[in-house]
Amino acid sequence: MVEADEIKHLIEEVVPNAHVILEDLRGDGNHFEVYVESPAFAGKSRLDQHRMVFSGLQGRVDSTIQTFSLRTAAKG
Amino acid sequence: MDQSVFERIRNDIESGDVVLFMKGTPIFPQCSGSAQAVQILGMLGVKYKSIDVLANPSVRQGIKDYSNWPKLPQLFIKGVFIGDNDILAEMCETGEFQKLLVERNIPTNPS
Repeated sequence: MVEADEIKHLIEEVVPNAHVILEDLRGDGNHFEVYVESPAFAGKSRLDQHRMVFSGLQGRVDSTIQTFSLRTAAKG
Repeated sequence: MDQSVFERIRNDIESGDVVLFMKGTPIFPQCSGSAQAVQILGMLGVKYKSIDVLANPSVRQGIKDYSNWPKLPQLFIKGVFIGDNDILAEMCETGEFQKLLVERNIPTNPS
């Protein structure tokens, strides 16, 4: 499991000027719904926007977290 | 990645026009993301081949390395990685996915 705050910080570290909204869906640190908005996403494909977010999470999405639902937007 | 795993994945990806790597099967999806992808494809009436990564741990890890994508499910259209259920859902909402299917000559049968 991972703390919501930790996820937020990890994303903010790799996505410049990110506005992150996230919800711990079950309160167990294993199922998250995440929304990330940043002007740094401009011009990037959705796939690359998501990859930017994943890069900050250092493998947690692969192994530790069960559900990680992600939406991104180039805004802000 | 082991060469034989790589080749196996390559073959799987090329085994059909639309290929979904998922956890479980379309009848019994084993994660919510996989269930969502199955639902979307079903709603559009897209015929696809599904690969149950739970049946093969090396494919389960290998496909993530192959696509540089840490999550499942993963959808491929004519050998090209499209995304997971989040990407698919968003592309459906905007109509991009439907447009892509037309562009790639994938028949649909929306219900």
